Amino acid sequence: MASRIDVSIEHRGPEPPEPPGGKHPNTCPSCHSHYRDEELDETLWVCPQCGHHFPVRARRRVEQLADRGTFAEQDAELRSADPLAFFDLRAYTERIAEAEVATGLGDALIAGAASIERRPCELAVMDFAFMGGSMGSAVGEKFARACERAADRGVPLVCVTASGGARMQEGILSLMQLPKTVAAVDLLHQKPAAFISVMTHPTTAGVLASFASLGDVIVSEPGALLAFTGPRVVQQTTREKLPEDFGLAESNARFGHVDAIVPRPELRPYLGRVLALFHNGD
Amino acid sequence: MATESSEGTVEQLRLRERLARLRELPLLRGVGVSGEMARLQHQIERIDEEPNADDVWRAVELARHQDRPYTLDYVERIFDDFIELHGDRAFSDDAALVTGIGRFKGDTVALVGHQKGRDIRERTHRNFGMTYPEGYRKAMRVMELADRHGFPVFTLVDTPGAYPGVVAEQHGQGGWIARSQLLMLRLGVPTVSCIIGEGGSGGAVAIAVADRVLMQENAIYSVISPEGCAAILWRDAGEAKKAAAAFKPDALHCLELGVIDGVVPEPPGGAHENVDVAAQLLGESLGIALDEVKRMDSAKRKRERGQKFRKMGIFLE
Repeated sequence: MASRIDVSIEHRGPEPPEPPGGKHPNTCPSCHSHYRDEELDETLWVCPQCGHHFPVRARRRVEQLADRGTFAEQDAELRSADPLAFFDLRAYTERIAEAEVATGLGDALIAGAASIERRPCELAVMDFAFMGGSMGSAVGEKFARACERAADRGVPLVCVTASGGARMQEGILSLMQLPKTVAAVDLLHQKPAAFISVMTHPTTAGVLASFASLGDVIVSEPGALLAFTGPRVVQQTTREKLPEDFGLAESNARFGHVDAIVPRPELRPYLGRVLALFHNGD
Repeated sequence: MATESSEGTVEQLRLRERLARLRELPLLRGVGVSGEMARLQHQIERIDEEPNADDVWRAVELARHQDRPYTLDYVERIFDDFIELHGDRAFSDDAALVTGIGRFKGDTVALVGHQKGRDIRERTHRNFGMTYPEGYRKAMRVMELADRHGFPVFTLVDTPGAYPGVVAEQHGQGGWIARSQLLMLRLGVPTVSCIIGEGGSGGAVAIAVADRVLMQENAIYSVISPEGCAAILWRDAGEAKKAAAAFKPDALHCLELGVIDGVVPEPPGGAHENVDVAAQLLGESLGIALDEVKRMDSAKRKRERGQKFRKMGIFLE
C-alpha cells in the first residue's frame, strides 16, 4: 500500500559523474549555458545568464562567506562508523570511503571558527556531494559540537545546510541525530547565542525536521528545495497535483517558513548585517 | 587479520557485553515482583541470539498487524478516566493524533498518541496515523498544558510517518516536527514514551524525545520504512525484508544501540492476541518508568534528558 511507504527520508546519492572529456561539466540546468569552473568561481557559482544557483561545495562556500584566512576547522578527523555493518548492494564503509576520495572531506559537514564581515562566529557548512549531504552520527556530532563551541565562546552559529536527510545506512541512529541536533540548538537558545540557518538546495527530510528549522533567523537561496518530503515522493504517494513551486524557497517564504530569500552575491553582506544586529551595541 | 579463534572470542565478548547491559536495564524486568527473575532469564535467553532477518521481519509484520491495539485501545484500559482534548487552537483538529488528560494510578497524566483506524472509514478519517503539522501543534499545546499543571506526559508512538502531502508541506511539516522535539526537551515534567507499533521516522521522533523511551517487543522504530529503504538502496521496494534486516528496526537492536531504555513485553503471539494483557503489561511498564523519573528534581531530569539525546550516535575519532 502506497501510503505505508514512509517517504520522509529521501536520500540521494552523490551527483552523477561528470561527462567524459570534461569539456563543459557546468551546464546550467535552466538556460543550458555552460561554464568553466573559473568563470563560475567569479560569479559565486550563479549562472550569469539566468541567475540559476549552482550547488556549492562546502570548502568553496566557506571561501565565499568567511573573511579570508579566518576559518579554523575543528573536528576534521571525526569520521562515520558503521554501527550496523550495513550492506545494501554495496557496503556502507565502501560508500563512505568513496565519498571521502571524491570530495576530499571527512563527512558531509565541516565546521569551525570563522569571521564573517569581521564578526566572529562559528561556521558549519554541509556538502551535498558527500552521500547526498546525509546526516549520520558524525554529521550530527560535528553540528552539535559547533553549537557547543558557539555557546562557549558566546558567538553566533551560522549553518549552511544542503542535505537529503538522515543517512539510512546508520538506521535508527541516524534518526536519533534529529533530537541530538535539536538538543544542541537548545543550548544556543538557552545561552542565548544567535543561530542563523542558511538553507540551500536541497534542505529536506531529517535536516529540515531538526536543527535547520530552528534558526533565530532562517534564510534561503532562490530556487532551493526546502521540503520535509520531496516532490517526487509526494506525487507518488498522494497522486496530488503539485503546485509548480512545490517546496521551493519561494513557496516556503509565501507560507511563512523562511525570513528572507537572499541571492548568493548578497548573502555575505546580509549575514554581516544580521550578525551585527545580534551583537547589540556596536 | 582475524583468525577463527579470535573471532570466536570477539563473539563471546560481544555476547557478554549484551548480557551485562541487559542486566542493568531495570525495565526489562518488566512486570510483577514475582516474575522478575523469570522474565530476566527469559529476556536473556531471547537476546542470546541476535535477531535474524526472519525475526526482524516478523516484528515488522506484527507492528503493522491490522488487529494490533492502537492508542485508544490502551487508553481505555490503562486510564481510570480520560478526557480527550481536541484541536491545535490555530487551524484544525488532526485525528491522526489524539491528546487528552486522564487518571493513571491515581494521578493526572497527559497523553499524546498517534491513532490509526480500524476499518476503511476510520482509517481515512485518521489518515492512517499520518500526522499533519496541526497534529504536532495539538500535541505541543497539550504538553505545554501538562507542564503548567505539573502533569507527567505519556506519548504512544504508532505512525508510518508524518503525512507526505502538499498541504502538510505548506503548513511547515519539517518545522513543526523540529519544534515539537525542542519543546519535549524543555518540559519540566516527567515524560515517558512508548513505541507501540510503527515508529516511522521524523513523524515518530517528533513525540518521542522523552526521559524514558520504551518499545513494545514487536514494535519497530526506524529512519525509513523497509519499502522506502529498499526502493532507494536496492532500487526495488520488493526487497523490503532485506532492507529491514539491514537497518534493524526491531526493539532488541534499538535497545542494543542505546536508542531506547527498555522493552515492554507483549503476550505470546503479539499484542493483538490479548489486548487486555498487552495493556496491563504496557501500563505497568509505563508506571515503572514514570516512578523512576518522577523521583528526580525537574532541573536534573531536564538536564539528563538533554544529555541522553546529545550522546546518541556512534562515530570514529
